[in-house]
Amino acid sequence: MGAHLADVHIAAMGFEKIIPRAEHLGVYLRLLARSATGQPITTFSSHFHRPRPDQEMHIVIVDNGRSRQLGRPDFRNSLKCIRCAACMNTCPVYRRSGGHSYHSAVAGPIGSILAPNLDMKQNADLPFASTLCGSCSNVCPVKIDIHDQLYKWRQVLMQEGYGPTAKTMSMKAMATVLESPRLYRMAGKVGRGVLRFAPVTVENRFNPWYNQREMPEPPTESFRDWYVNNKKA
Amino acid sequence: MTTREKILASIQANQPSLLPLPEQFTFTTTYPDLTKQFSDSLAFVGGLAVVVPDYTAIEAHLKEHYPALTNVATTCPALAHLADVTLDVTDPHDLAGLNLTIIEGPLAVAENAAIWVDERQLPHRVVPMITQYLVIIIRQSTIVANMHEAYKKLQVNATGFGTFISGPSKTADIEQSLVIGAHGARSLVVYILP
Ligand code: SF4
Repeated sequence: MGAHLADVHIAAMGFEKIIPRAEHLGVYLRLLARSATGQPITTFSSHFHRPRPDQEMHIVIVDNGRSRQLGRPDFRNSLKCIRCAACMNTCPVYRRSGGHSYHSAVAGPIGSILAPNLDMKQNADLPFASTLCGSCSNVCPVKIDIHDQLYKWRQVLMQEGYGPTAKTMSMKAMATVLESPRLYRMAGKVGRGVLRFAPVTVENRFNPWYNQREMPEPPTESFRDWYVNNKKA
Repeated sequence: MTTREKILASIQANQPSLLPLPEQFTFTTTYPDLTKQFSDSLAFVGGLAVVVPDYTAIEAHLKEHYPALTNVATTCPALAHLADVTLDVTDPHDLAGLNLTIIEGPLAVAENAAIWVDERQLPHRVVPMITQYLVIIIRQSTIVANMHEAYKKLQVNATGFGTFISGPSKTADIEQSLVIGAHGARSLVVYILP
């Protein structure tokens, strides 16, 4: 209604929204609302060709990184998005965390593959905040390989050096420990001991795992110790 | 270089190899009874379809459905005597008081109850949105099965503006819960003439 009453009507759109022919709208209008809200079509599907008498109408066509994305063969498919939000509504992460947690205008799985194109450094965390369950790709009406692209962005971001240092270091440390049975057993013992005798080293506000939850009670022995002790009996 | 040239050059440089335009992208839907399918779709989106033999029946139903309503307008000559306000205003804001508006729709789609209207039916573009209650009169012979058939029959740029209207105004954008009467008419009744 606003567009019909205002003196000036300005519409902004990405260039990827241009389609060859009006009749192709038949395809998109059938897909959009049913993937968004479950309606068979939007209530009003307006077609503007001219401003009304005495009105001004402007169409602003935006690039904002889209042509760059077009040049990335692995990610250009994401430009097919019709913004229906089916991938968000189905995403187990989005459903728990909500739109604001994505710190980007387009949230959800599709936002997480569009945002790193705009700013890799600022949005490096997004492709990692996914279980890669694939539910998004499954519901996408325009068949974007969303979860594959999330996975591919991880490779690109790590190669370009946008992985957080703490993560890189701790992954390396973990690999060393998991490689050596002796180190692994020792780490387990130290962990259980710390939890039992010096809980304050983990039960403090510097440990994010301790915010809002209790640490688990340490078992007295590892499964391996238990198995070795009970094997003969 | 203007921003337009910059964008076009960048798209050109990053363009994937071109594919032929797919010619076969539509399909045929068959419903045993288009009028019944249209009425069911309209009920599903919160509207009411009434099959009527003639304008007298429309008038009788209207009087029963909206008794003693004032600020009624219509573009339909056969019902002109029901109107007490005119749509012939210069500033569309002057239509703010409209209660009930009766217009005609030249084309309807059975699969989703969408009715096409353009500037040939609308004296002002805002009419179907600014009115509290909307009535559209269609003809059975103009109902098509799906959107592909509708676009085959339409010339979308025949006038400066046209829209498909499906049911009363509603939104389910927030928390996926459906609210009827959001930014347009609060109810929609469609009369289907033979
Ligand atoms: S990526 Fe697919 S499912 Fe997600 S909003 Fe875009 S079109 Fe819809």
